[in-house]
Amino acid sequence: MLLPLTLEALLKIALLIAGLMTAAAYFVLLERWIAAWVQDRLGPNRVGVPLTKIRLFGLGQPIADGVKFLFKAEFTPGHVDKFIYFLAPMSIFAAAILVFAVIPFGSALPPNIFPASWGVGEPIQLVAAPGIDVGMIYVFAVGSIAVYGVVLGGWASNNKYSFLGGLRSGAQLISYELPLGLGILGVVLASGSLRLETIISQQAQSGAWNCFLQPLGFLVFAVASFAEAGRLPFDLPEAEQELVGGYHTEYSGIKLMMYLVAEFLHMITASFLIAILFLGGWHFWGLTDGGGPDGNTVTWVVAVLRIIVLLAKVMAMILFFMVVRWSWPRFRYDQLMDIGWKVMIPWGLANLIAVAVWVEYGDRIAHSLGLPPLLCMGLCGFVILLLGWYVATKADPTLNDNRPRRRLISPDRHVEKIEV
Amino acid sequence: MQLSIYPFLPIFLFAACVIGLAIILLVVANLFNPVHPGRVKGMPYESGMDPFHDTRRRFDIRFHLLAIAFMVFDVELLFLYPWAVAVRPAAENVPAAAPAAAPAAAKAPTAAESAPAKPSRGSVAGVHQGWQNRNAVFIGAMLFILLLVLGFVYDWRKGVFNWR
Repeated sequence: MLLPLTLEALLKIALLIAGLMTAAAYFVLLERWIAAWVQDRLGPNRVGVPLTKIRLFGLGQPIADGVKFLFKAEFTPGHVDKFIYFLAPMSIFAAAILVFAVIPFGSALPPNIFPASWGVGEPIQLVAAPGIDVGMIYVFAVGSIAVYGVVLGGWASNNKYSFLGGLRSGAQLISYELPLGLGILGVVLASGSLRLETIISQQAQSGAWNCFLQPLGFLVFAVASFAEAGRLPFDLPEAEQELVGGYHTEYSGIKLMMYLVAEFLHMITASFLIAILFLGGWHFWGLTDGGGPDGNTVTWVVAVLRIIVLLAKVMAMILFFMVVRWSWPRFRYDQLMDIGWKVMIPWGLANLIAVAVWVEYGDRIAHSLGLPPLLCMGLCGFVILLLGWYVATKADPTLNDNRPRRRLISPDRHVEKIEV
Repeated sequence: MQLSIYPFLPIFLFAACVIGLAIILLVVANLFNPVHPGRVKGMPYESGMDPFHDTRRRFDIRFHLLAIAFMVFDVELLFLYPWAVAVRPAAENVPAAAPAAAPAAAKAPTAAESAPAKPSRGSVAGVHQGWQNRNAVFIGAMLFILLLVLGFVYDWRKGVFNWR
């Protein structure tokens, strides 16, 4: 029992780590290409096969970057707190990869790839740690370790820019964890399980993705995961023009690489979570129907289709992240905090209460209206989205009005005396 | 139901592998790199100026207030997770029963039409849950969320979330 389990787990872990590191490296290249495309220039297109003139569209660039990071001077400044200085990038790097232990990459593979004598009778789950009942809590908990990496890195560097960057970034990350949790809570309440596989299979069964049923929760979760990943327009932690790189100003070489890889992995994690929680995971109408919702009787064609659908959704989300990065300006810090605490948290609470009411009384309401329950829930969701939008923009007109004006500050934004 | 350690074994393995990878990366990089320390090189990089006082000075109290507000709300949110999972009947939580529950779920509207007063939700699980009991749970959860909202409004009125 123990040995096959360990071997299977180790194989999946090796695949995951190798795949994620490669993916992070090549997403850096993709991001540079998109930057070049947005800014109308060529981008990295030189590095190909070494010692030849073959360029391969610059596909060798990530490998060259990795080798460069490995051989660069591993310089430790004289004024840092050594133990924490080394601990911080390691913790953020390890946590960023560890999140993927419970994230499924598809539904399941049929067992008939192996010879029958091996005795593999069960479908192969496409997740490193299958059967964890607390998957969502685990993702949330391990994802929060990123705060430590950032704050400790800024503190240990003993540099004023790093210190300020660490503080700002710590405040940002903890602020946006609340809307993130509220968004997740809505989905958990609607599906009644913390397992990511179950959340997907429920959306597949009903055919209604959560982004249609709770659009306000989707909006809150998407915005919060942008902020948690530290991507533009929320990249205050390392605002280069203000903070010279923020919390990793004093880092170089392989430790800087750990920070950068962790940052890209956060974006990939966020894309996976958005795709799984709100965009139906591996489900697509008409494509992935055969084989049962949990993949116990799945055929090869459907199993592969499910993986492709999930990865296509994740890829679309990542492209969205990148295009947003190169088309939006950065928020000011007070705007960031206002959006987090004064807009996103009330919206998240409104969504949570609406979903709670729906789970409790939805069937009755839909029956008395004579409509299908899911359609009714979707309609209610969009009504609540519009209502939330209306209330928020009434409370603060600068939210949806972008016209230049003399007084950008709305009346309630004066500094109040804080009584402690 | 007995809690088994087996499902969590891959996570511990994964953690060991990833921490090992981080340490190996650091060690390998330290084996191959050139070391040329210097006095000016060891100074903090603050836009080329000589650093003129200690870094760890007092900082804005608002970060502290925010951290306290975060602690309170995050713990309250965590208390909501058990409710969010348990408020559904047990049958929908078990993935093995999902195919069996699928036709029942598909039939639910028609079943509700034939028996309008009694939604089929509690009875699918074979767990008898009266509506009276469920109402109490719902009201309790709403009261808990109300507490959270009250704290939130209090903080807002006190100006904890004002940043200019």
